Amino acid sequence: MELRYTGGVAEKEPIQIFNETMRELFSEDDKVVYLDADLMGSLKTAQLWKDYPKNVFNCGIQEANMVGVAAGMYLNGFKPYIHSFSPFASRRIFDQVFLSIGYAQKSIRIIGSDAGIMATNNGGTHMSFEDVAMMRTVPNACVADVSDPTMFKALLKLTKDRNGVTYIRTARRNLKDIYMPDEKFEIGKGKLLKDGNDVTIVACGIMVATALEAAKELEKDGISAQVVDVVTIKPLDEDLILACARKTKNIIVCENANILGGLTSAVCELTSAKYPVRVKGIGINDSYGCVGSEDFLRKKYGLTIENIILQVKELLR
Amino acid sequence: MVLSSQKTLEQNALRIRKGIIQAICSNKGGHIGGSLDLADVLSVIYTDFIRIDPQTPKWDNRDFMIISKGHAGPALYSTLALKGVIDYSRLNNLNNPNSLLPGHCDRNKVPGVDATTGSLGQGLSIAVGAALGAKIKDSGQRVFCIIGDGESAEGQIWEAAQFAAHYKLDNIIAFLDWNNMQIDGSVEEVMSIGDPMKKFEAFGWNSTLVKGDDVLAIQKAINFAIESPNKKPTMIVLKTIKGRGAKCIEELPNNHCLGFNDDLKEKVLEELKERAVELDMEEEQWN
Ligand SMILES: Cc1ncc(C[n+]2csc(CCOP(=O)(O)OP(=O)(O)O)c2C)c(N)n1
Ligand SMILES: [Mg+2]
Repeated sequence: MELRYTGGVAEKEPIQIFNETMRELFSEDDKVVYLDADLMGSLKTAQLWKDYPKNVFNCGIQEANMVGVAAGMYLNGFKPYIHSFSPFASRRIFDQVFLSIGYAQKSIRIIGSDAGIMATNNGGTHMSFEDVAMMRTVPNACVADVSDPTMFKALLKLTKDRNGVTYIRTARRNLKDIYMPDEKFEIGKGKLLKDGNDVTIVACGIMVATALEAAKELEKDGISAQVVDVVTIKPLDEDLILACARKTKNIIVCENANILGGLTSAVCELTSAKYPVRVKGIGINDSYGCVGSEDFLRKKYGLTIENIILQVKELLR
Repeated sequence: MVLSSQKTLEQNALRIRKGIIQAICSNKGGHIGGSLDLADVLSVIYTDFIRIDPQTPKWDNRDFMIISKGHAGPALYSTLALKGVIDYSRLNNLNNPNSLLPGHCDRNKVPGVDATTGSLGQGLSIAVGAALGAKIKDSGQRVFCIIGDGESAEGQIWEAAQFAAHYKLDNIIAFLDWNNMQIDGSVEEVMSIGDPMKKFEAFGWNSTLVKGDDVLAIQKAINFAIESPNKKPTMIVLKTIKGRGAKCIEELPNNHCLGFNDDLKEKVLEELKERAVELDMEEEQWN
């Protein structure tokens, strides 16, 4: 497939994508609503709030109530999108999401921004590594980690009428462009971004671009790595992952989340049952977040090109 | 109890403001507005009331301070430096890699911090628990707690309020930073709080309204809560101005979290210096 990855920062930040996509959604479907919990400032959606008084509501700093309100609006036919920083859009509201939405068979789209280390200077209290694991355990939930702005737009649109809980975690800025603007996405369909024979790097979110870079470097050392963006961690593209497992026999998983219950767990659950291969996870190893720049945090938690190269070489040794 | 003069309290408030600027500038930005507006109340609490041992921050029978609006870390850290609990040099490391001074209040990293906060809405519950513990121990410890007005939209604040009244925790002295601002605009337009005094009274608390930069009024309100316990927790509602103490910050439409270049730093320090002259403190370092 054709990519537009150059390594440079994306043409449009996720913030801009969110704004323009919500405008499109509001005009396509007047039942679409967007609720926020005093973090419109961080998504720069103040103008949306002004322009769409019947579609946009600020709940103030009450995330759990926001989920309940969304559950109630659903009863009147509305299609809520809610946003907060990822920890407050997951662990802070988990029971409300699980029961008032999931178990009660309603529908919501949750956007958790500043996912994982992308909380940078807000530090450990604002850093969610566990959100992927938590949301994966909600039956029928869709869990996605955004790797590129085009994909973000597609996910927002694709899930408008999806039943159940949809959880989309994303960075607010510093994503790279990976996909061509007309790339088509499907829930549960991953993307094989680069072919290879020796090892498969299965990645999500900000780690997809890092994996592409690592694969390029590995090529120079004669190691042929293929790279997969799972797009949705749940549902996982089982056919694609199993095909990769059969082909390369070795899998490295890269994620900006706790590997306990994260994409690493998902890949292991699948392969161990259907086609056991060696799987090694690069992600957060059961630890809390802390404050720092993206660069510092990548090094601290091993989310770097260098660490992927090292782990691949160790796996293949 | 010996109570300090207005001048002493205002001098300490100014020192706290200076430390806030030091910390925030060390990382070229941070949560300035909601830190600066706490300088006056922190000065009063830490100059006259809180019983801590700077040499033994974990002293068992200390009074507790729970800053529930955790983004005001710089205000608390600066106060702790003033009290000698941490060294002033530490204020140069806000949010640096491997930081010993995370922007949000962190009890693991910073001596003298009793609660790790940043996820809003949780601190008043912690204060309530500490106060209940002190009652059971019969230790006479007091618990101070500061919550935000935007933060007060969180349901947990009101769960804690109900609990504190039920268990007659008159050893809690809490403050509501009523600056009428949160991230997305004024509290009025985002999620109006109504009349917070009446709300807390209805929840079974003593409640008074005080001007947030009137150090003597704050002193009097705290002293009253201590001297006249009536089996009710106390909420002192501080009518504050977000960014208080530096006009160039106060006047910004949104000063919640700001980037700091040298220019802005200069401007703020200039204002602090002018105030220092008024308070006969010009011999202290102001840049
Ligand atoms: C649970 C939670 N939701 C959202 C945030 C993001 N946030 C940080 S500060 C803030 C606004 C706080 O307003 P307020 O309580 O009025 O504080 P102040 O005006 O004193 O700074 C928000 C929404 C958070 N830290 N925690
Ligand atoms: Mg406020």
